[in-house]
Amino acid sequence: MSQETLRIQKISGHAGSVPGEGTQREYTVCKLIDTTTCIGCKACEVACMEWNDLPFGETVFDNTYQTMPETRWNYWNLILFNEHEREDGSLMWLMRKNQCMHCAEPGCLAACPSDGAIVQYTNGIVDFQQDKCIGCGYCITGCPFNIPKFNKETKRVYKCTLCTDRVSQGLEPACIKSCPTGCLHFGSKDDMKYLAEQRAKQLRDHYNFPKAGVYDPPGVGGTGVIYVLHDASQPELYGGLPKDPRIPLSVKLWKGPLKWLGNIAMVGGLIGLFVHYLRYGPKEREEEAKEPHEGAQP
Amino acid sequence: MSEHADQILPYGRVLRYPFWERLNHWIAAFSYIYLLLTGLAFWSPWLFWIAVLMGGGQISRMLHPWAGLIFFYAVARMYGYWSPQMKSTEVDKQWWRSLNHYVQNEDDKMPPAGRYNAGQKLLFWSFFYAAIVLLLTGIVLWFPEWIPWNLRLLRYVSVFLHPVAALFTIANFLIHIYMSVFAERGAFGSVIRGDVSLHFAKRYHPAWYEEIVRRANAPRK
Repeated sequence: MSQETLRIQKISGHAGSVPGEGTQREYTVCKLIDTTTCIGCKACEVACMEWNDLPFGETVFDNTYQTMPETRWNYWNLILFNEHEREDGSLMWLMRKNQCMHCAEPGCLAACPSDGAIVQYTNGIVDFQQDKCIGCGYCITGCPFNIPKFNKETKRVYKCTLCTDRVSQGLEPACIKSCPTGCLHFGSKDDMKYLAEQRAKQLRDHYNFPKAGVYDPPGVGGTGVIYVLHDASQPELYGGLPKDPRIPLSVKLWKGPLKWLGNIAMVGGLIGLFVHYLRYGPKEREEEAKEPHEGAQP
Repeated sequence: MSEHADQILPYGRVLRYPFWERLNHWIAAFSYIYLLLTGLAFWSPWLFWIAVLMGGGQISRMLHPWAGLIFFYAVARMYGYWSPQMKSTEVDKQWWRSLNHYVQNEDDKMPPAGRYNAGQKLLFWSFFYAAIVLLLTGIVLWFPEWIPWNLRLLRYVSVFLHPVAALFTIANFLIHIYMSVFAERGAFGSVIRGDVSLHFAKRYHPAWYEEIVRRANAPRK
């Protein structure tokens, strides 16, 4: 058995158990993004394209410094800009590096019907396996962060891998390595959480940001990417970061109660019809049907 | 009752389904079976192997929507052929009240059904309305990447309603197969060769039978 298989703890569209569940002692990795020290230089965007050899696409100018409206199948890392006017009239420039959040309970993986197209490694990285992707786009529906993007040519879906190839070799992701201000950190989830809380406390105590806090949404089991925000009570200001992201209710109902009800109904229906046939049989025997016709004259 | 010219054929048989209706039925049937198999593969990880048998997950995902269009086309044709005969009547209400006799094969205790009995009418309308829901939600699921983020509710609704409508058709489909292949001898042949015996007509559709006889005995114009 390969090491790779042992390092998988969740598999999409999979019947039965998962080989790597609870078999490795490994840290959950985490990316910490301190939006308060991001200068919007986009070095991380370039590093991401470079390391992952992503083909170039056209940028979209919309009178801000933002490269394009949202991430693309070949643009996994995008800094979202927002000019925010505060209550006292002063201006704030909010910049958030947007990419896959690597949820502990990923909506994409829950929605995916294809066996092994989406996996979660024991270090917490959620990774798409495009060779097994069938291009149904259910992951797009399952994701509360609008991250998976469809490629019309290959008919598969792509997103940030958290540089799983680098991380598995003990390196930090490319975006982290490129950051010149040190607003990006990478390490174990516990360490990053501690660092983030310290920074948020500093912002509250010394920098006059009383609402500063850490974004690690519990609705998706926490994320493998956490943010320090000046105002944690309004994450929407940061390029529409959802306040309480969850797997959509309809996806949960579909994959939960509906699946069970549907399976019971289908199997129960088949059994019921079979038993009905055993009890009552056909409405008529062949011999009866042969009785001479009457009435009509052909 | 209907504009259907149910021709009396030799050997005591009557034409129930002309060629184009039979052909259309089988277009619907084969496209539905393909949709059912690939749909079940996407429905449960335990059934994903069906997609492998059907040529792989990618092929199944690619062809499922096209088969859906073919199925919807056939259902729309059925609406054209049969909807005038599917209107509910007073006899249908009595039929539902006597359902227990029908289930216990006591057909002589049933009110006289016409060309279609109340159960068949329900099957028709179930498939018709489910097909509309499946088409609308299916288009959303066909092109999820076209739905902008602020209209994502469309995807949320579709991803739930599509399997609900599909399960509803599966219930109808199972009963339809059971009734036509196993329970009512002669029904399956009627949609292959087109005709049923007058005995079949009299037994399962007495009002229809009366009409056939009346028309056959009426003086030619």
